[in-house]
Amino acid sequence: MTETSPQKPIPVTVLTGYLGAGKTTLLNRILSENHGRKYAVIVNEFGEIGIDNDLIVESDEEIYEMNNGCVCCTVRGDLIRVVEGLMRRPGRFDAIIVETTGLADPVPVAQTFFMDDDVRAKTELDAVVALVDAKHLPLRLKDSREAEDQIAFADVVLLNKTDLVTPEELDRIEATVRVINPSARIYKTQRSDIDLTKVLDQGAFNLEKALENDPHFLEQDDHEHDHTCGPDCGHDHHHHDHDHHDHDHDHHHHDHAPSPIHDVTVQSISLRGGEMNPDRFFPWIQKITQTDGPNILRLKGIIAFAGDAERYVVQGVHMIIEGDHQRAWKEGEKRESRLVFIGRDLDREKLERTFKACEASA
Amino acid sequence: MPTVAPLDLEGHVVGVAFLKGIPFFAEATGAIHRLDHGHKTTEVHEGLLSLVLDEANDTLLTGGEDGKVMRTAADGTATLVAEAPRKWITQIAAGPQGAVGYAYGKTTHVRLADGTSKEFAEERTVEGVAFAPKGLRVAAARYNGVSMHWVATAGQPIDLDWKGAHTGVTFSPDGRFLVTTMQENALHGWKLDAKPGAEARHMRMTGYPAKVKSLSWSAKGKWLASSGAPAAIVWPFQGKDGPMGKAPLELGTRADIMVTSVSCHPAEDIVAIGYQDGMILAARFADSKEVLLRRPGKGAVTAMAWSKDGRQLVFGSAEGDCGVVDIAG
Repeated sequence: MTETSPQKPIPVTVLTGYLGAGKTTLLNRILSENHGRKYAVIVNEFGEIGIDNDLIVESDEEIYEMNNGCVCCTVRGDLIRVVEGLMRRPGRFDAIIVETTGLADPVPVAQTFFMDDDVRAKTELDAVVALVDAKHLPLRLKDSREAEDQIAFADVVLLNKTDLVTPEELDRIEATVRVINPSARIYKTQRSDIDLTKVLDQGAFNLEKALENDPHFLEQDDHEHDHTCGPDCGHDHHHHDHDHHDHDHDHHHHDHAPSPIHDVTVQSISLRGGEMNPDRFFPWIQKITQTDGPNILRLKGIIAFAGDAERYVVQGVHMIIEGDHQRAWKEGEKRESRLVFIGRDLDREKLERTFKACEASA
Repeated sequence: MPTVAPLDLEGHVVGVAFLKGIPFFAEATGAIHRLDHGHKTTEVHEGLLSLVLDEANDTLLTGGEDGKVMRTAADGTATLVAEAPRKWITQIAAGPQGAVGYAYGKTTHVRLADGTSKEFAEERTVEGVAFAPKGLRVAAARYNGVSMHWVATAGQPIDLDWKGAHTGVTFSPDGRFLVTTMQENALHGWKLDAKPGAEARHMRMTGYPAKVKSLSWSAKGKWLASSGAPAAIVWPFQGKDGPMGKAPLELGTRADIMVTSVSCHPAEDIVAIGYQDGMILAARFADSKEVLLRRPGKGAVTAMAWSKDGRQLVFGSAEGDCGVVDIAG
């Protein structure tokens, strides 16, 4: 019997950010720079995209609640249909970019790529990129939850329009972003000018790559980034880690300055433990995501199971959770389990206590 | 043994049909091919998204990524019916009296034979369009149900409500039932002659392991065949309550190969079943007897249609390996 050869899934990048944060400028860069790749772009309105490209598709945001009794299980119906149409002629493009409206909730967009079987079979969510207007972020955080959600949910944050604020303001803004989302990569930009390799092809939702390429993942409590960043780590990274490192100090001392996080309702909780007992850990994480799923925006973790030669990685969005073995533990690598939750109304004490109770030695 | 005359095209085939006995194949690229004393091609769209056979006029109606609604005749000539620049025409339907229905965004458009057009706005995106078999009446599937509009009169639409996303819609040939495909793995149906609000009005058809993308009414609308499982699921619609309280037939069951397309024979109670691996079987409702029509091919079967005399079946695939099966051999 002839097998149909499975196509390599097409990567999808989601761009979020308030109106005026610089999404269109970034899109125009992506479409006009000479990188040899072709993109299909799904936009809410053709708006000001100045590039002549056949593959810009207008799509009305259409949110579906799934009929499974889960309030956070929402997907974007319009994306299901447009992706289906695009994937009938896959030779035309190498990747898809979804631009969301300023007020859009990034969660249904991301969940579409996990919850719809047809979309999932042909595409792969690459990363969620949030553009933040450095000048207006404090105002946005005051008047809406969306701006905060967009940052909390992102894998990459472009802190844009940095030329419009003072260095001190910028530091405060960055510290605020870091509080909302400790695991995102933050880049400071003007006019969305960024090396596109920092935005595209991130593999942020790919369990094999996601945590491996993330030198500061879960390490906001560490003050030793230089040690975790080896010589093969890119310069920009390195530089970025220094920034990050500095700002950790900043927000430890922020009570001296006007609080940069006054309007932040998202919290992140980092858990650390030893080797885990899988018979305790899996029921625990299932239960947590079932009961607290609506409050969990993202979760990511690396788990060391007792007697297991390989690292186990998990990631989740609300109630959706995925996990897999990633690679063998390296010699000399500390076999510890780390998990970060980004969300709202999470019970830190309970999470810490119940996570600890999953340890093999508990 | 049935014989297959193959036609190898380059890519995904959206729809197939017979026009005046000539097999037609519509590719996603926008090229419409026909086998009429040799392989002939008309470039109709810049990207083709939707296709329906207009039986009354022996023409094909298609919608494209180019925002065009086109009508293609048996000799391959294509004419423009309507245009909405830069919109994707994902929904198209053929109505009585030469009416054409199509949709993009939250509006259903109906183009009448005399060139006038009507618009019917919904609160949510129109995901499916179908005309009732009698009377100029159009149904729009949308989130949480279906809206039915009389095209000629400016009355209020009838709303058929059922929670969830309805992604396609079809009337039974006698007009007594309306069935939608849903985002969840289910069909939903309404008995249109039941009193509004009556419990018996609703028909839930569930149990599919995948979304239902292909539906086909059998001769005289006695059965409704569907994809979405590793067998063709065929619901009985002979009784006044439709399939309620009755089990569907499961025909052409294969271990884990999904059915992707179904097409009922125009006269007999037989359904052609196309699978994910390109295989096509014909199965008889009465005794579940199966006949192999085509061995597995390169891609999933995406579309099938019978000739009017029921002697030939045209099929298309996701990888472009198409053909015509001659049942008599």
